[in-house]
Amino acid sequence: MAVAPQTEPLRPIRPPRKRRVNESLSTWRWGDRIAFVLCWASGIALCAIAGGIVLYMAFKGLQYLSFELLTARPQPSADQKASGGFLDPIIGTVVLTVIGIVIATPIAVATAFWIVEYGRPSWLARAVESGIEVVAGTPDIVIAIFGLALFQQGIFSLLSFTAQGGAVFGRSFLTAGAMMSLIALPMVFGATREGLQSVSAHVREASYALGKTKIATIRRVLLPSVKPNISTGAALGMGRIAGDTAVVVVLLGATLRIDPESSFPGVGLLRGTGGTLTSYVYNNSSAGEGNAKEKAYAAAFVLLLIVIGLNFAVDAIAKRGAQTGLESTRLGT
Amino acid sequence: MIDETREAREIREASEPPTVPTAGVGGVGFPALPPPVRRIVVDSPPTVAAPTVADHGLARTARAASGPERMTLDTLSVFYGPKAAVKDVSIGIRQGEVLALIGPSGCGKTTLLRTLNRLTELTATARRDGTIALDGRDIDTLEVTELRRRVAMVFQQPNPFPMSIFDNVAYALREQAMKRPGKSVLEPLVVDALQRAGLYDEVRDDLDRPALRLSGGQQQRLCIARAIATRPEVLLMDEPCSALDPRSTAVIEELIGELRNELAIVIVTHNLQQAYRVGDRVAFMYLGDLVEYGPTEQVFGAPRAQRTRDYVGGAFG
Amino acid sequence: MLERLREPWSDRRAERMLGALASVVLLLIVLMIVFVAARAWPSFQHNGLSWFTGKGDVDVQIGNQVNTGAKPTSADYQIGVWPLIWGTVLTTGFAVLIGLAFAIFAAIFIVEFAPGGLRRVVVPVVRLLAAVPSVIYGLIGILVLVPFVNDHLVSEARKKSVQYVINLSGTGLIVSVVILTVMITPIMIAIITDALYAVPRGWKEGAVALGVNRWRAMWTVSVRAARPAIIAAVVLACARALGEAIMLSMVSGSKGFAPNPADGLTFIFEPLRPLASTIVEDAESLNAPAVQASVYSFALLLLFSSLVLSIGAWLAKQPMKKYGIRV
Repeated sequence: MAVAPQTEPLRPIRPPRKRRVNESLSTWRWGDRIAFVLCWASGIALCAIAGGIVLYMAFKGLQYLSFELLTARPQPSADQKASGGFLDPIIGTVVLTVIGIVIATPIAVATAFWIVEYGRPSWLARAVESGIEVVAGTPDIVIAIFGLALFQQGIFSLLSFTAQGGAVFGRSFLTAGAMMSLIALPMVFGATREGLQSVSAHVREASYALGKTKIATIRRVLLPSVKPNISTGAALGMGRIAGDTAVVVVLLGATLRIDPESSFPGVGLLRGTGGTLTSYVYNNSSAGEGNAKEKAYAAAFVLLLIVIGLNFAVDAIAKRGAQTGLESTRLGT
Repeated sequence: MIDETREAREIREASEPPTVPTAGVGGVGFPALPPPVRRIVVDSPPTVAAPTVADHGLARTARAASGPERMTLDTLSVFYGPKAAVKDVSIGIRQGEVLALIGPSGCGKTTLLRTLNRLTELTATARRDGTIALDGRDIDTLEVTELRRRVAMVFQQPNPFPMSIFDNVAYALREQAMKRPGKSVLEPLVVDALQRAGLYDEVRDDLDRPALRLSGGQQQRLCIARAIATRPEVLLMDEPCSALDPRSTAVIEELIGELRNELAIVIVTHNLQQAYRVGDRVAFMYLGDLVEYGPTEQVFGAPRAQRTRDYVGGAFG
Repeated sequence: MLERLREPWSDRRAERMLGALASVVLLLIVLMIVFVAARAWPSFQHNGLSWFTGKGDVDVQIGNQVNTGAKPTSADYQIGVWPLIWGTVLTTGFAVLIGLAFAIFAAIFIVEFAPGGLRRVVVPVVRLLAAVPSVIYGLIGILVLVPFVNDHLVSEARKKSVQYVINLSGTGLIVSVVILTVMITPIMIAIITDALYAVPRGWKEGAVALGVNRWRAMWTVSVRAARPAIIAAVVLACARALGEAIMLSMVSGSKGFAPNPADGLTFIFEPLRPLASTIVEDAESLNAPAVQASVYSFALLLLFSSLVLSIGAWLAKQPMKKYGIRV
């Protein structure tokens, strides 16, 4: 109810539903208009390129993918057009990813906890953080040949094939997996550290007030609450390992079939050479010796599905973690 | 004890519970109906005859002669989705006057203020009915950028840009022009704006200092200087002193008194004493309705609506 | 001893164990730099500063080095790496510059101008693109773009004009730059979009309330406040582009040739080979010490560039702290 002032009230007749004038480009400067057009052009180009890549890979991949390709082993001939699938590369990708992430996760989590919870002496903490940043920025090819240099020393002869006369080759699933863990380390470390830093101080103080030691707090309180972050980091790391080719080419031999080093079931495989989906695609494209485009497309499609799947896993874990994990630590804030 | 006007007494009697009828079946005399249930009416606070702000003898700056009406609101309603934040408000805003919008939290005064420069359109669910006219012209027919140049706003939290003091004040002047003006053109305008905002003497030695290094009160005055640099017609202020210390508040209130001669000022405040000191006209809003609107002395001294009397007297806040 | 491990650990012991583990990580990283430098040293020792210059066909030089035995002489170490360095600079430079412009405009589009439904689709797609492995980009490049360039863009006359020096077959600078740009732009878009969303609301509202149009408000306030993130995005993109070995070895033509801008339009079709691709291709023949020294010297240069990039970015962010932009 309006209490109108005593002076003359203005009451214009209410017009029917009118269009609201917003901003029109005519008032903009020249440069602004060009920038506006460029923004729209970039946006449309982005959508077109993204859609193009995804649709093209899906189209070609589904065209050439068949069940027998997934289950048959590659033929050992140089010309891949004839027959054979890529079962070995799939196994190779899985084995390498598992080794890499199994080595990387405990080390990365422990390092993250040490830096956030302890971090003494501080020069050491800063050095470790800078070091991990250096690794994150290092090209994977440099890490690969570092692995070669490292594992060709005699002491590591257990990890790979040793020829007559003691020359250590330095190539095997174990060595490649070890270097892959170095590649995945920064992602798990970063995700864990972010998770730890976002846990509010209340939680830690409550635990100490109950008389728990720091290590007990870490084990019982903090570790469960950053599990979503660790999972996210691990999924990101796995995605990076699965997509990496350089380390495979240098440290795994990039062969078509998995070549165990001896007949011991597990250890022979780990010490042997092999290939992954990435090296298989590389070999079968026109650049490599295989020269079978159809198989390359099919393998690339499978690889893309694996990477997309891992991405979805990251999002799903992050969403679930946000609902249950971190929210429950925000007591009263 | 304040003399109750007839209207006020009627309102008071109407809010008392109805008396119990004593005539019953057979005319015995004891009540036939059970006693009425005591209704707890939420929006009808207890009547308290408290002294008004005017009794405290606070000083008010003399009101200058008011100028022409700059903005007119006609049956303005604002909806956020289905909920009405502002219902059917009609007010005039005159040059030379400060209009103070008061009311408890959630009553719609900030929404009303933000509607005046169409800032509510930044929220997706906001909808508006009714007309707002700037100098006689419906603001819906104006370009939004043009409107916002003529109706400037100062926010509750001081928000100077991450640039130097000079760049902050010159920001609107630079970005609104079609061709970017040179520094020699801008400098006198910037100095003038800082002087009108009462900040020039404190920052004159180094205008290239980062703006975020100033104190809170200085930052707010910088925001005022930035807003008035382009000489707008209306200045909207959304609780400008609520984040500041008393001394800065006093400085800004003095500034408002000086600025009102050239501008029409609308200030939202939850501080009743500030509204009394600074406002020439006061509009009291409650849950989206405009309950009372009039000159300050009348709203604080002799309010017509009971609710105004209660709010002004401190019965609820 | 197993019992000692099972009883609850004291804080001091836990701290020392965790600290030791972190130090092992640091040690590994330092070891990496030391190893690479140690194996690269002979190449610098025997070449001196002329390592950076061009001494003729670098492919021939590497080929000769492969053939040397276990005891190479000083002359065997000779190599002039300039063509490879120039190839790296060209691909990385063009890709990052074009990608940055594209990324900034696309990010502003996503934050400001995109309709709501489109925005919800584009943001996850951009993140997905950033995770796609580089072989897949290489595959599309070599099977789609290279034939297209070879058949439609490079004329026969052009091929004939240079056939005594190089072979124009579609692989080369332009395909490399295009695909490298597409590869590094999504990560830049993701970082810049996040930074634009994180700009404090007070600044955005203040700019709009001053009657400035949407584009100018975004450019002068939000993008200005997001400058540290833009620098971080450029560094990340540079690092990825420098280290890209496999994809570029598929589409760059794989020839140690330094494209010459003075050649006019042919310049963009000329083949090249960046440092990282050279490392990958010569990785099999690392037994010969001369080759080993050369290859590790390329790796050392790449490591050094990453380091210089990080330091440069840190330096560039310092002046912004003064104005209150959160770095």
